[in-house]
Amino acid sequence: MSSRALLIEIADVTKTYRMGEVEVEALRGVSLDVAGGEFVAVMGPSGSGKSTLLNILGCFDRPTRGSYRLAGEDVSDLDANALAETRNRTLGFVFQSFNLLARTTALENVELPLVYAGVPPRERHDRAAAALERVGLGDRLHHHPSQLSGGQQQRVAIARALVNQPRLVLADEPTGNLDTRASDEMMALLADLAGEGITIVLVTHEPDVAARARRVVVVRDGLIQEDRVGASDAASAGPA
Amino acid sequence: MRLGDVVRVALRALTRNKLRSLLTALGIIIGVAAVIAMVAIGEGARARVEQAFAAMGTNVLIVSSGAKTSGGAKAGAGTLPTLTWDDMRAIRADVADVRFVAPRVHATAQVVAEDRNWSTTVTGTTPEFFEIRNWPARLGAVLSPEDGDNGAKNVVLGQTVATNLFGASADPVGQTVRIANVPFQVVGVAAVKGQSAGGSDYDDVVYVPVSTFLAKIQGGLQKFIPGTILVEVTSDDVTTEVGQRIAALMRDRHGIAVGQDDDFSIKNLTETAARKQESTEALTLLLASIAAVSLLVGGIGIMNIMLVSVSERTREIGVRMAVGAKPRHVRLQFLAEALALAVAGGVIGVAVGVLTAGRLAAHFQWPVLIRPEIVALAVGFSAAVGIGFGLYPAHKASRLDPIQALRYE
Repeated sequence: MSSRALLIEIADVTKTYRMGEVEVEALRGVSLDVAGGEFVAVMGPSGSGKSTLLNILGCFDRPTRGSYRLAGEDVSDLDANALAETRNRTLGFVFQSFNLLARTTALENVELPLVYAGVPPRERHDRAAAALERVGLGDRLHHHPSQLSGGQQQRVAIARALVNQPRLVLADEPTGNLDTRASDEMMALLADLAGEGITIVLVTHEPDVAARARRVVVVRDGLIQEDRVGASDAASAGPA
Repeated sequence: MRLGDVVRVALRALTRNKLRSLLTALGIIIGVAAVIAMVAIGEGARARVEQAFAAMGTNVLIVSSGAKTSGGAKAGAGTLPTLTWDDMRAIRADVADVRFVAPRVHATAQVVAEDRNWSTTVTGTTPEFFEIRNWPARLGAVLSPEDGDNGAKNVVLGQTVATNLFGASADPVGQTVRIANVPFQVVGVAAVKGQSAGGSDYDDVVYVPVSTFLAKIQGGLQKFIPGTILVEVTSDDVTTEVGQRIAALMRDRHGIAVGQDDDFSIKNLTETAARKQESTEALTLLLASIAAVSLLVGGIGIMNIMLVSVSERTREIGVRMAVGAKPRHVRLQFLAEALALAVAGGVIGVAVGVLTAGRLAAHFQWPVLIRPEIVALAVGFSAAVGIGFGLYPAHKASRLDPIQALRYE
């Protein structure tokens, strides 16, 4: 089936940062393929390079060497405008700290990607409302983030990630600021989305969160150390 | 991104920090208000000067007698009577491009009506005077040629005198007033002229035929005019030339040799008016440039606050970029904010400027002159200031790295 076609094709990607005089190799030759509809957890200790990998996956950053094909399109050499467009059309993001706009209603937060896609206001409103409905916040459309719990805010963020019908949702420690119950709800929601055929790549250092994914990739020292399907022994993947 | 969204986002960001937006716009508000008010005042002053000279009569030359010299000290013009009635007739007859010639002699006297009296300037002149000054009668008529020939005891009152003797609404035509104990019949009240540029009242005066004046009020030497001669020329362009012709004629008639000083003086009102005009124009320019400087300072204020805003909202910029805002969207958003600040400041400034100009004009009794092109210029200039000074902060915002912006605390 077509959703099984490769969505992410990363081949031998390296990323080098210059920090003053020192060159830091954050990624040292990473190859990773993810098929459409997969639910992948990326794990690794801090400094392992998992954030860099996520930045490249998320089209925030370009690899120093190697290639990245997203949904069949080579995105390793795109300029800032084209990257922004790819983020807008193909990707959805969920962050640890929610990153909602303050003093802006849930609905308007969710509409944001559609604003930059140039969707007319009426359609924008309907699609954003539907996305909030989907994450169970149909009765909170006009609440501001400050009037919502952490779990609710993160669900607004997921609605925002989903509203432009992305191929890939990237979640960076989405449960990091949530209590256990909200975490569980969040993971259940992500699992549901994966079940609907949306590809999800989740970065976390919590083994029990990673355990909800169907595939776990462990990054260490800029390399992929482990890539396994089946989450039963995810707890041994490494300390946070 | 749609234009409506750009505007909406900009206005929302500005209304979120109302006090700060207001204070930021204040520079522009003051600048624009200053431009509007200053230019209006300058224009008002100019119109006032124009009005004053129009009241004195345009294309007018004033020929005065020479100055008396006693012990080396020269007294003022007219102290030594040198102009004769024949001189006046010669100017009328022999000088080309002269339209009207009138004598003007005056004295201060008490004018007495039935139960009231008023001290004013009594001017002796001829009907041509009213032509030169473009001065019709409001009630009755001005002096007629027959009045002069007959030595008639007729008088035309200025409005101020009429008001003081008979009340503001009364019609004194036909009444009798006594000037220096001589009874005169009021034949007219002159139209209101208002104040001169120097603040003296044009309407605080009465006019009598010059022959009557000399016979009954203040006699003079038969041959000489104890006052000045007013000459109106046919058009502005020839005023200076006619002045030169009169000067040549007078030198000839008075037998003044080459190298000797004139024993008369000729004042050219058109030239004086032009000089006044130039000085008010210079003043307007000066005030306008001060105002332009304050607009510039306002622009720097906008730039400052936009830079603060960019760094405060780094995270917001990161979020917007993450969900697909392109650098130009971010740039446009901040430019729109700077522009909105500046234009709002400009519009408020216009309102404040118009009010200020109105109040000042009322205070100085000047006409209010708000020129629409100045209003458009001021608003346009503030918009340009907003864009000019918003460009750098907006550029800075658009160059942010989304990852770093998202991590910014």
